[in-house]
Amino acid sequence: MSELVINPGTELRNSRLEIYHFRTRLVLLSGFVLGVFFLLFVRLFYLQVWQHRHYHTLAEANRISVVPTAPSRGIITDRNGAVLAHNYSAYTLDIEPSQVGDLDALIDALGTVVEITPKDIRRFRKLLEETKGVDSLPIRSRLSDEEVARFLANSYRFPGAAINARLFRQYPQGELFSHVVGHIGRIDQDELDQLQADGSDANYRGTDYIGKTGLEQSYETYLHGTTGIAEVEVDANGHAMRTLSHMSPVSGGNLVLKLDARLQEVVYRAFGDNRGALVAIEPATGGVLALVSKPGFDPNLFVDGIDPQNWQELNDSPDHPMVNRALAGTYPPGSTFKPYMALAALTYGKRRPEQAIFDPGYFRFGGYTFRDDKPEGHGWVDMYKSLVVSCDTYYYMLANDLGIDNISAFMRQFGFGKPTGIDIDGEVAGVLPSQEWKLRRFGQKWYPGETISVGIGQGYNAYTPLQLAQAIATLANNGVMFRPHLVDYVEDIVTHRRTVIEPQPLRTIDVKPEYLAIVRDALVGVNKEGTSAAAFAGAGYVSAGKTGTAQVVAIKQGEKYVENRVSERHRDHALYVGYAPADNPRIALAIVVENAGFGAHAAAPIARKVFDYYLLGKQPEETGEENSDRSHTAD
Amino acid sequence: MKKTAIDPTPPIKRVTRFLTAHVEAKLLGAILLLMAVGLLIIYSASNQNLGRVLAQLLNMLVALAVMYLFANIPPHYLQRTALPLYVIGVALLICVALFGDVVNGARRWLHVGVTRIQPSELMKIALPLMLAWYFDRYEATLRLKNYLIATALLALPVALVVRQPDLGTALLIFAAGCYVLFLANLSWRIIAGLAIAGAASLPFVWSLLHDYQRQRILTLLDPTQDPLGAGYHTLQSMIAIGSGGVLGKGWLHGTQAHLEFLPERTTDFIFAAYAEEFGLFGGLVLLLLFMLAIARGMVITANAPTPFTRLLAGAITLTFFTYAIVNMGMVSGLLPVVGVPLPLISYGGTSLVTICLGFGILMSIQTHKKLVQS
Repeated sequence: MSELVINPGTELRNSRLEIYHFRTRLVLLSGFVLGVFFLLFVRLFYLQVWQHRHYHTLAEANRISVVPTAPSRGIITDRNGAVLAHNYSAYTLDIEPSQVGDLDALIDALGTVVEITPKDIRRFRKLLEETKGVDSLPIRSRLSDEEVARFLANSYRFPGAAINARLFRQYPQGELFSHVVGHIGRIDQDELDQLQADGSDANYRGTDYIGKTGLEQSYETYLHGTTGIAEVEVDANGHAMRTLSHMSPVSGGNLVLKLDARLQEVVYRAFGDNRGALVAIEPATGGVLALVSKPGFDPNLFVDGIDPQNWQELNDSPDHPMVNRALAGTYPPGSTFKPYMALAALTYGKRRPEQAIFDPGYFRFGGYTFRDDKPEGHGWVDMYKSLVVSCDTYYYMLANDLGIDNISAFMRQFGFGKPTGIDIDGEVAGVLPSQEWKLRRFGQKWYPGETISVGIGQGYNAYTPLQLAQAIATLANNGVMFRPHLVDYVEDIVTHRRTVIEPQPLRTIDVKPEYLAIVRDALVGVNKEGTSAAAFAGAGYVSAGKTGTAQVVAIKQGEKYVENRVSERHRDHALYVGYAPADNPRIALAIVVENAGFGAHAAAPIARKVFDYYLLGKQPEETGEENSDRSHTAD
Repeated sequence: MKKTAIDPTPPIKRVTRFLTAHVEAKLLGAILLLMAVGLLIIYSASNQNLGRVLAQLLNMLVALAVMYLFANIPPHYLQRTALPLYVIGVALLICVALFGDVVNGARRWLHVGVTRIQPSELMKIALPLMLAWYFDRYEATLRLKNYLIATALLALPVALVVRQPDLGTALLIFAAGCYVLFLANLSWRIIAGLAIAGAASLPFVWSLLHDYQRQRILTLLDPTQDPLGAGYHTLQSMIAIGSGGVLGKGWLHGTQAHLEFLPERTTDFIFAAYAEEFGLFGGLVLLLLFMLAIARGMVITANAPTPFTRLLAGAITLTFFTYAIVNMGMVSGLLPVVGVPLPLISYGGTSLVTICLGFGILMSIQTHKKLVQS
């Protein structure tokens, strides 16, 4: 008897057979159940044993977020410790565009608790365009404590917006150092690619800013420092739960410059409203004492991304404030070229110092008349007088005698037409005319007539104020040329170890000391009894120098340059190169004052103020506009 | 069984025996073990939220009470309710389709006075009950026609639930019906024919599916194609399981669950949280516990006295199996993501009650056998 009894009323069919069928199917299903469970077990084995390492890695990657801590950027000071660039901590209101649906609505809403100007919005839009909205971007910076409090009380209303404390770069001296210190700005795509190519992108995780111009750019590797890293456990919403490990960032090194901020300011004031550039160099080291390009601009505008309106103003200004004239402006040297011409004459044996020529007020060559600045001429002129009165005719003749090959070979030694290698970017080469240069540039041969105007620093001559300064510093340093450099040393703020930017002697120029002495003697004469004597009257030291005037537009044959008739932008540039004290020079400089007329009037007085301040500590009086009387002595 | 005049057992024991006469101890043991594992892992996966654990404990007590209640109802009472229950169930499903509340884009709920009910949940029991009743009734004269009618009885509620849409529940109801058909000795030729027809109609079924349902199936084939969207659940769940390794990260130490990378970690994806903390070893233990419960159900099924109870017990046991395997298959990336909780483990009252109700019926079938016999 089976242990199972079928319901008696329905037992019509062969119940045993039926139960047999049923149990067969139940066994089949049990087999199916076992098979499926086995399959699941195999799957678990595959995930948990075979692929364990892979999923373990993924889980750790989920869990651990490496949070970079940006280092504090190095501080830039002048030689006396005056701060030129530093950092301060402030609050910014940041928006993460990817987290926000309606940006306009959010910005409008934020405007109710924090002041947001149209300028802020324009700047934000520009950043958004540049970064394609992947980063968190500041909509407002430098929030007041009250604004921070107001935002935080309402922050639940603004998903995607957050307050962050951040270090800001500030340039307390404003436009005074815009062309030297430069500025930082947000890292753009090109810079990011470059960082990746250099393999230093890891060190820039967490850094939004990079040096864009000036020292900020060229000393970026020193200033930036080393990014710290914190390993943080995060949840699925990205909230940090706890810190697993931590490596502090190492602040960037501080730059200490050769530059003297107060001297720089003296220079800046001395230029008044004029445009131009000045470079002052310590002849014995090549250290740059002052480097000014006027007008400048406020580098603080660029730190957070410049707003489009300011950007347009700076770009469209006819004064080109963004151009660093000291490095990128090229000017004909005018008569400041003459001392080197005189040295060339001595070196190549074309003139003896006492050998005089007669100047009738002009020099005729090949049917052209080259006029002297003094129409009636200087009469008999020897080398000393040629420099002191700046006689053009003397140098027309000399240039013709030397020939262009000798001139360019000699001038090349002084660094003309070649970048000096100063420690900031943006330097241009200028033009040292030569036969090869002309062939290369214009595909034409050199005409001897072109040599004549080269002799007085006109013609194709075009040099940067920095090159002029380097040349005169070399002359002042008895022919030993140094690479100009702005930075004295970089100081590690932890170890206080200094990395000194060593003076680099580039070369010693092949000129006899007695020839140098002759020319230097004449340059002392220029300041004592020559073209710049008025500017240096009563100076408490002996200085040497040379004035110059550079034509901006060529004057037609037989026409006379009358300053008042020429539009302001076409007036001559005033130049001055010089050094002091004459016997043991501590400072050499080159000045270009754009469209200011004669060098003796516009440029030499600036040199006087610089020397007075640097050598005697004398602050120039504020009311010194000496351009009122314009007597017509030659420059 | 013959009654003796004097029962020698003491009165207390007699009361106890009376109360526990219809409780099947082995099945209950497996159920309680699984529930214990559930409480353990809910505590961990809810980030040690004791409130959640207590709430689930309450759900369990309610479910056990329902189980006890049904264990004490003799199967032939159930047999009588089969047809009306089915008719009511289908009627409610039609009401849902017409007047139901839309929650999360699906029309599943029906307002009944003060509360809302989910009629598809009722159908999980009503359908196997109905089919078991039907095959029992026509047991003597089963023809092809009967199988066709049974198929229609199955297709109607499944279609209504698919339209809600609720793929998970529809799948479970469908599976329950299929088990009954199979156990009712559906001929192999028809099974083969249906399999071929089913495969052929796949494109048609595909066209009936909602976009999100299609997306789930596509995501299953390659979860990495959309790691933050549709594939996120599966991917994070596979990471949780895989990173558990052989021995797991330890109770309360699963990072995927605790740092909230794992979605639905106390409900549908609780198995991933379990596998992360207890590893392959813990997974094996859980599979064995499930197999234990299923095996006991199979034994009860095999020994059930009538066609009705046989078919019902088989359907209930295999539906429980389907529940478990669909959930674990989905969590481990073998099956598409459908909303099926892990039975007895996942947090939530509704499915717990339905499952335990089924187990109560199983117990009833096992323990009322003797009465039928006598």
